Amino acid sequence: MSQALVTELMDRFEQVTSVSMGQDAVVIVPRDILLDVAGFLKEKNMDAPVACTVIDWLGKANARFEVVYQLRSTTQGYRLRMKTPLDSEDLVCPSLTEFWSGFNWQEREAYDMYGVVFEGHPDLRRILMYEEFSGHPLRKDYPKDKRQPLIRRKAVTNV
Amino acid sequence: MGVEFSTSQLESAAIWAKKIKKSRTSNAFNWGRKHSLFTYPFVTACCGMEFMSVAGPKYDIARFGAEFPRFSPRQSDLLMIVGTITERQGPVLHRIYEQMTEPKWVVAFGVCASTGGFYQNYSVMPGADQVVPVDVYIPGCPPRPEQVLDALIMLQERIQESRGHNQMLEIRRTTVKENTHLPVVS
Ligand code: SF4
Repeated sequence: MSQALVTELMDRFEQVTSVSMGQDAVVIVPRDILLDVAGFLKEKNMDAPVACTVIDWLGKANARFEVVYQLRSTTQGYRLRMKTPLDSEDLVCPSLTEFWSGFNWQEREAYDMYGVVFEGHPDLRRILMYEEFSGHPLRKDYPKDKRQPLIRRKAVTNV
Repeated sequence: MGVEFSTSQLESAAIWAKKIKKSRTSNAFNWGRKHSLFTYPFVTACCGMEFMSVAGPKYDIARFGAEFPRFSPRQSDLLMIVGTITERQGPVLHRIYEQMTEPKWVVAFGVCASTGGFYQNYSVMPGADQVVPVDVYIPGCPPRPEQVLDALIMLQERIQESRGHNQMLEIRRTTVKENTHLPVVS
């Protein structure tokens, strides 16, 4: 079902490539045309924003990060996954909140955990961690037991 | 001629009488305190389910006089930390502890509240005792209700013997106050 959509998408945008991953339709969309592709998909009844997350391929020469958008059409019943590779030097990705406002908090979480800056997001702040936190904890190079305490009790001695 | 006491003997006898009287009254107070604990359940995670079963009729924490959960820290004297405490919650937990009426006691319910449990990561605090003094730790993920009742009985013993963290600080404070007339040795 979604195969027809993928074919249509690839006819319309030359830079979009499809990869096969089990039964899911997965397309790789370069960052420059992400907004155009999103607008196109929105018109094609992809109306439900399912998930937005980031993959950290630590050690990959370029395109260390990959922003993943999962979409679903509630009327047609099919799914589509979009992946946008980003270079770690230039971690900026256009925000899709103008098409699907459900991505608002998900993009905030992706920013909080991986440090991807979503351009055009209405309110890009940390969502889970506190403001004082430095770094992005789900990156593969964040030390696994590094804690950043907000408060610690003074040791009570001589009781 | 009757028995004679020197002044120093009389003085020490008076001090002992004072001490005995004080310990008797504190015994009575502690007896009252240990049988009327007002819990503040600080429930953050899955351990809360087990807390509910302890509070429910089958295990019935009411038998120990602690059945009445108060949802304001100002009306409670036993803080039950039930569940995972994250670093972000640390200041909140500390403030809640400070708002409670004295004397107050803290029980860490479950391994998460005691040590951080199996979470070793950026967000979970390695034990609630990083921010508040804990009197009794209950292991288990989640602990069985019997363990909780056991901990409650242990806490009652501590309260009776004035061995709660807060009570010990109290004793230390009063001793310091009594000795203020002494010259400071630097
Ligand atoms: S100790 Fe186990 S049951 Fe209790 S909060 Fe932690 S993970 Fe949940």
